[in-house]
Amino acid sequence: MERIPILRIGDLLLVTIQVDMHDRLAMSLQDDLTERIVRDEAKGVLIDISALDLVDSFIGRMISNTASMARVLDAQTVLVGMQPAVAITLVELGLTLPGVKTALNVERGMALLGKQYLAGPARRDPQAR
Amino acid sequence: MSDMSPAAGVRFSSQLLTPRAGARRVLVLPLTGDEHVVALRRLVRERAIDIKLSLVDQTKLVTAASELARNTLKYGGGGEAHVIELDDGVRLGVQLIFADDGPGIADTALALTDGYTTGGGLGLGLSGARRLVDEFDIDTRVGEGTVVAVVKWKR
Repeated sequence: MERIPILRIGDLLLVTIQVDMHDRLAMSLQDDLTERIVRDEAKGVLIDISALDLVDSFIGRMISNTASMARVLDAQTVLVGMQPAVAITLVELGLTLPGVKTALNVERGMALLGKQYLAGPARRDPQAR
Repeated sequence: MSDMSPAAGVRFSSQLLTPRAGARRVLVLPLTGDEHVVALRRLVRERAIDIKLSLVDQTKLVTAASELARNTLKYGGGGEAHVIELDDGVRLGVQLIFADDGPGIADTALALTDGYTTGGGLGLGLSGARRLVDEFDIDTRVGEGTVVAVVKWKR
């Protein structure tokens, strides 16, 4: 069966959704993620939806549920990369994703989780210059 | 004419299924599984791009299509979707019609209320979809079926 890959970076899990998911695929991602949080002892989950041109109530609910499940498994979830048109549509649809942290991109999502996995020391501390 | 014939053979007859003036490029897709919803989303996106809807309006229409198609599957027990280009002489639009032979909706006002659901969802499918389009019509008879027709016009 078709699967969405989950990458591990340190104690984070990164999921980049790049296909238009049918409902069963969305549900299997939710199951896979909760399993991986436990197996990899992950402290954070980043869900990158920058390639998604649609988030409907089903996908929105899957994201909300995943964030809740992660929370009770001691991991934080950050949803990153939502396209502006998707944000406008979601809110008009009536879906505001309560309890889900968001960030504009993966890098900021990592920062929100208090992680620094950037290559090279140059960008470590912009304040120090 | 071959693409005018109902793909899944919905029998529920509704005036909403009568072609409107300026209707063209009618395509009928079956809605009997998850994959059909994905196929419909893709087709609706193509049509929305064809008539040059803005990106936000494209997204709204495709999202409404996804919600309504899921309703047809989940509550109507499957059915069909009609994707139609409209040209009323002044502007272009995309019309979507969702038809099923399911149990029908006993109380449409209640079904259109935010948060009301009989299926364990969020209750945003119908009410949310209505906010995302310019025209929204529903015709339902208990025990016979449901037809929902929506239109998004190019601004």
